Amino acid sequence: MDYRDPVWYGEGGMRFIWFNLMPWPHLPEDFREKYRSVWVDIPSSLYDPVRGHEVYNDYLDQLEFAETVGFDGLGVNEHHANAYGLMPSPTLMAAALARRTSRAALVVLGSSIALYDPPIRVAEEFAMLDVISGGRLVAGFPVGTSMDTNYAYGRVPATLRERYAEAHDLIRKAWVADAPFVFNGRFTQLRYANCWPKPVQKPRPPIFIPGGGSVETYDFCIENDYNYSYLSFFGYLRAQKLMANYWQRVAEMGADDSPYRATFAQCICVAETDAEAERLYGPHVSYFFNRCLHVYPGFADAPGYRTIKTIQAGFLNQLSRANLGHAATLSWQELIELGYIVAGSPETVRQRMEELIKGLRVGNIICLFQMGDMPSEKTCHSSELFARKVMPQLKGIWKDYHGDERFWIQPLPQRVVPGRATAEIRP
Amino acid sequence: MSGRSFLLDVAGGRRKIRVFEAGDGPPLVFLHGAGGLAEESPFLSALARRWHVFAPLLPGYGDSEGGDTLPDMLAITLHSFDVIEALGLTRPYLVGHSMGGMIAAEMAAVAPNDVERLGLIAPAGLWLDDHPIPDLFATLPHELPELLFHDPALGERLMALDGDLDNPKLLEAFMIRNARQLTMASKLLFPVPDRGLAERLYRIRARTVIVWGEDDRMIPPAYCEAFRRGIAGTELVTIPAAGHMVIVEKAEAVVAALARLA
Repeated sequence: MDYRDPVWYGEGGMRFIWFNLMPWPHLPEDFREKYRSVWVDIPSSLYDPVRGHEVYNDYLDQLEFAETVGFDGLGVNEHHANAYGLMPSPTLMAAALARRTSRAALVVLGSSIALYDPPIRVAEEFAMLDVISGGRLVAGFPVGTSMDTNYAYGRVPATLRERYAEAHDLIRKAWVADAPFVFNGRFTQLRYANCWPKPVQKPRPPIFIPGGGSVETYDFCIENDYNYSYLSFFGYLRAQKLMANYWQRVAEMGADDSPYRATFAQCICVAETDAEAERLYGPHVSYFFNRCLHVYPGFADAPGYRTIKTIQAGFLNQLSRANLGHAATLSWQELIELGYIVAGSPETVRQRMEELIKGLRVGNIICLFQMGDMPSEKTCHSSELFARKVMPQLKGIWKDYHGDERFWIQPLPQRVVPGRATAEIRP
Repeated sequence: MSGRSFLLDVAGGRRKIRVFEAGDGPPLVFLHGAGGLAEESPFLSALARRWHVFAPLLPGYGDSEGGDTLPDMLAITLHSFDVIEALGLTRPYLVGHSMGGMIAAEMAAVAPNDVERLGLIAPAGLWLDDHPIPDLFATLPHELPELLFHDPALGERLMALDGDLDNPKLLEAFMIRNARQLTMASKLLFPVPDRGLAERLYRIRARTVIVWGEDDRMIPPAYCEAFRRGIAGTELVTIPAAGHMVIVEKAEAVVAALARLA
């Protein structure tokens, strides 16, 4: 099967979202020893805007490339004061992609809605993206990490979740209201809540909620038919308990068991052979686990960020001291065995991915190919091999659920090609 | 403290809080800091030798409940008046340490006719750009003694976490206690421990004593001067060889300083 054959891509089946964290690739060799954290209090003197010009443009090129080789979605997200995530504004990145891509979903995972004043800003920006792209937006509503929301953006942890819930209600209401309405919240009061424009997708774009084990988030997703996205950097083997609990909750609440309800993020490295994968990608994976994930534990979990119920459920932050220190000490083989990375030849990767997809019961994969300081050439090589040799064999895993489009984009059948308005005009 | 401890209904049952009570003499209400308060605190015993002490625990501390009804500074200030009312007290001595000092000062500013004698021990509540206060919420447990005590070794012994934090059950218990306490504290102190008190200090009419440990590395003594300037006619007592936990390191000296209010 030709990977460019439109019969299989974008037409149902497993969804593969090509995601770029946009890490800063020029952290010094001794970063771990010299600085206590990659996030929150990392000095911005380590950032160089001239090199940054290249970095942003290279990363956007990679995302555009991912569409051409057949990925179903392009993923961006929001982080603040973070040298491994250079997207304070994910909607800016999605806007850049909206005009340079034509088919893939724009998966904004997402905008941290509790950080916007007033949060109707997110309703507006998401609606703009959905309209510009002709209905290709996947709207992500993360609570946001403690580092982003509490430490970098100063939100009081005790009231963050209430703020989030209120922002969510405002956005949902603003998208469907046909006339201005009064919104009288505790954190936001609008006399004239009035969202112009409104999204193309009705009644709303698909909504993905990143979760990290907060039990309340399971119920929130199930009740609202939102996709539950577990964004871990630590692989599928360690995610099994959390996802099993999620599916148990789905069953308890009497919802159907469509795998498209769930998404998992996985670091993936593909080469012609297993040995070649280590040679090509090993140093960049090491950069990622050693330098990018070097987070000061004092920033990992502001008191009050997690509910007592969640602490009791036993899911401590994935960026806890134990996790972080551990990942940095692992060898390439150990990273593979523990499932932190899925790496090797196309056949090796296919086997592990199949195990992952079936084991976690997920219909969407957020694929992390660019890791640490991996250059574009290697990133694209790995991505293309995956798209060409692995993806087609995984597409049909959930064929019994084919046609379940509740959790995916519904673009306009006829979409404008950029340049149309001026094509006939000669300057 | 040889005294008693009881649960108190506050604000028509909206909150139920733990109160430690001991001693004889004029009534004194003590408001604890962000780290909470143990019933057997030697500082409470020292206070109890001069006063009839009531030490209420904020919701989130000990078995006090109802923090959901206290979203912000104003709510917590009014709650503290509700506690005094529920205790049946009229214009008690009002003393607070650190975050408790911030609440006490706020109470004295909001209702100047209801607070006659005010003791502020290393209070929080002001912010000076030239003297940044360390971020309590990004501090790991093992880093605290250095910030809180003149003698960090003593601090380490006193703050020794009960039991082994590698034991998941104990770790969970520790995390839950810490999360409950600091969730409440964050409403006053996160991300910057300033809720506008500086603009209201002028309203305070209570006789006020400010007590500070000279080696306070949490809230540096520069703040002592800022409070003194803000509250007319304040008495100032600084205590050598004491840090932010001056009530632990020099309990008797703090009590002697507060006695100036008599």
